[in-house]
Amino acid sequence: MSEPLLEVQDLHTVFSTKEGQVKAVDGVSFELNAGETLGIVGESGCGKSMTALSIMRLQRPGRIVGGKVMFKGQDLTRVSEYEMREIRGREIAMIFQDPMTSLNPVYRVGWQVGEPTRLHNGWDARKAFSSAVSMLGRVGIPSAASRARDYPHQFSGGMRQRAMIAMGLTTTPHVLIADEPTTALDVTIQAQILDLLRDVNREFGTATILITHNLGVVAGMCQRLIVMYAGKIVEAGPTADVFAHPKHPYTWSLLRSIPRLDAETHEPLKPIEGLPPNLVDLPSGCAFHPRCAFRVEKCSRDVPALLRVGDTQQAACWVTQSGTELKGG
Amino acid sequence: MAEVATAKRLTRAWTVNDSLVSVTDLKVWFPVASGVMQRTVGHVHAVDGVDLEIKAGETVGLVGESGCGKSTLGRTIIRLIEPTAGSITFKGDDITHVRGGRQRALRREMAMIFQDPYASLDPRQTVGDIIGEPIDVHRLARGKERQDRIRELLRVVGMNPRYADRYPHEFSGGQRQRIGIARALAVEPTFIVCDEPISALDVSIQAQIINLLENLQSKFKLTYLFIAHDLSVVKHISNRIAVMYLGKMMEVAPAGQLYKTPRHPYTGSLLSAIPIPDPAVELRRERILLKGDVASPVNPPSGCRFRTRCPRAREHCAEEVPPLESFGQEHLAACFYPLEA
Repeated sequence: MSEPLLEVQDLHTVFSTKEGQVKAVDGVSFELNAGETLGIVGESGCGKSMTALSIMRLQRPGRIVGGKVMFKGQDLTRVSEYEMREIRGREIAMIFQDPMTSLNPVYRVGWQVGEPTRLHNGWDARKAFSSAVSMLGRVGIPSAASRARDYPHQFSGGMRQRAMIAMGLTTTPHVLIADEPTTALDVTIQAQILDLLRDVNREFGTATILITHNLGVVAGMCQRLIVMYAGKIVEAGPTADVFAHPKHPYTWSLLRSIPRLDAETHEPLKPIEGLPPNLVDLPSGCAFHPRCAFRVEKCSRDVPALLRVGDTQQAACWVTQSGTELKGG
Repeated sequence: MAEVATAKRLTRAWTVNDSLVSVTDLKVWFPVASGVMQRTVGHVHAVDGVDLEIKAGETVGLVGESGCGKSTLGRTIIRLIEPTAGSITFKGDDITHVRGGRQRALRREMAMIFQDPYASLDPRQTVGDIIGEPIDVHRLARGKERQDRIRELLRVVGMNPRYADRYPHEFSGGQRQRIGIARALAVEPTFIVCDEPISALDVSIQAQIINLLENLQSKFKLTYLFIAHDLSVVKHISNRIAVMYLGKMMEVAPAGQLYKTPRHPYTGSLLSAIPIPDPAVELRRERILLKGDVASPVNPPSGCRFRTRCPRAREHCAEEVPPLESFGQEHLAACFYPLEA
């Protein structure tokens, strides 16, 4: 096993709110290997986006209060803002959920897609624009040379997301972080964009962190996956293993609660009872324990660590760590 | 005990017709104004000649991508939007243009559940007043009886009756959606249009609301038009599914059949685009990727609306609009070159 490309170690990011301090990212550790696609799944407020933003040092108004983000031998939480600006865009690129608000409405698409190469490679406007045109063509924008002169409002949602991906790729970064890249899009357009991300991964060898709430998207895209709940990683492992034998009750119940298109018979869904926790006032012990069907007394008292459960997976659960299988009607 | 009483009161005696709702050649066009004089320069063909039958007690799922006209169709059926042409019947009565007292009576039969539980509840009203409003408007109950009904409705949707005095901001998305459902049930409707009722909710909450809607349906003999873009959810909850594209009905079929043997190429690619939460299945699946984007509803393509993206389109598709034809029992599709069964 070679050195991981990106290594997040015990990352803590907090927010100060009127009701108190919120631990948006609470001791998150994971590795990203060169060329792989890693999924981070969880519901709104679980800290998945905040983890990504913290890697990019875009966490404001949140504060990183602990941990390291190791990338090419340096800790990104400690480099200067100037150095970070060099890394953002050139080495690690990020694409966001809403391509409408992420593109500047008053500049032509081609100009914006070329911006990273002007800033980071020092290319002149003409060279940057022509590279933008070729990149727009590669991400599947038809007649890219003329469309590059359009403004974002003249693009459809799917085309804007393609333009965002093109912008991220102009500097051939090593890491691409895609934060809910298809959530705002229709399913047929989602399929196009996911296909494009797969191609990018294959063609450029870009390691991808794919953040999503959609378990189906993860199943088809990622080799490994991380499941987050209330700021913590509750389960991690190879996608196939996590889906086949989830080792955390949250993952286990989530997979049983969603309807499947390929279901043969109509079974009532088995919902997770209760509500996602309030981050200002987290339950004691394991944050999932009030909603957990497997909880034991210890769960409300002590916080479980993320430990190896089974051959390939990790889970933060007292029940599965003690060897109990997750089963139920 | 209380639940049994509610069930009796909410279930009205009525004879089962073949079709509770029947939509014939419905058109809803919106004018597009432009220039200084705001002259009408064209129309958005939001719904452009749609036929649909909804039987009593069933759930019809209505799917399609954004802008296909599914929400407009739902809102037009319950008379929130004026149709441009065509007709809508409800329990055999033509309701296309009803007004006044008859419209008010109709509003007691039909209700709607909205997508955004944050925008659809008035933040300055208490939960009790939100649910009580339809009771007041239709003079269904007053005083203590009104309060009792509000409490019962809250209980029916799985909420604590004491929440009646609280305000919407105190609740999470899933709880707000329950409040929205209680409000819809307040008029004791027979027909409910659910417009993307779970799209805005967290994944772990969606199943709770889907199960609630299913339970309420069997308890109160409700008929649903369930509008959503998530085909997995629609297939789970629906008896039959109708697929729309750019204002036209592409295919209508029983849910299982639509999934197993889609006949319209659009349905086929739509189904293949839905990710299935199972890596083993995803690995084997073949995707029919559609090229390009949905065409403009202001200037829809000639002939079949889908032909600009269709992998099977031929010349004929541009010349003539394919009619919705039968492909077996209860299975309709509008395509000249359908997929094999």
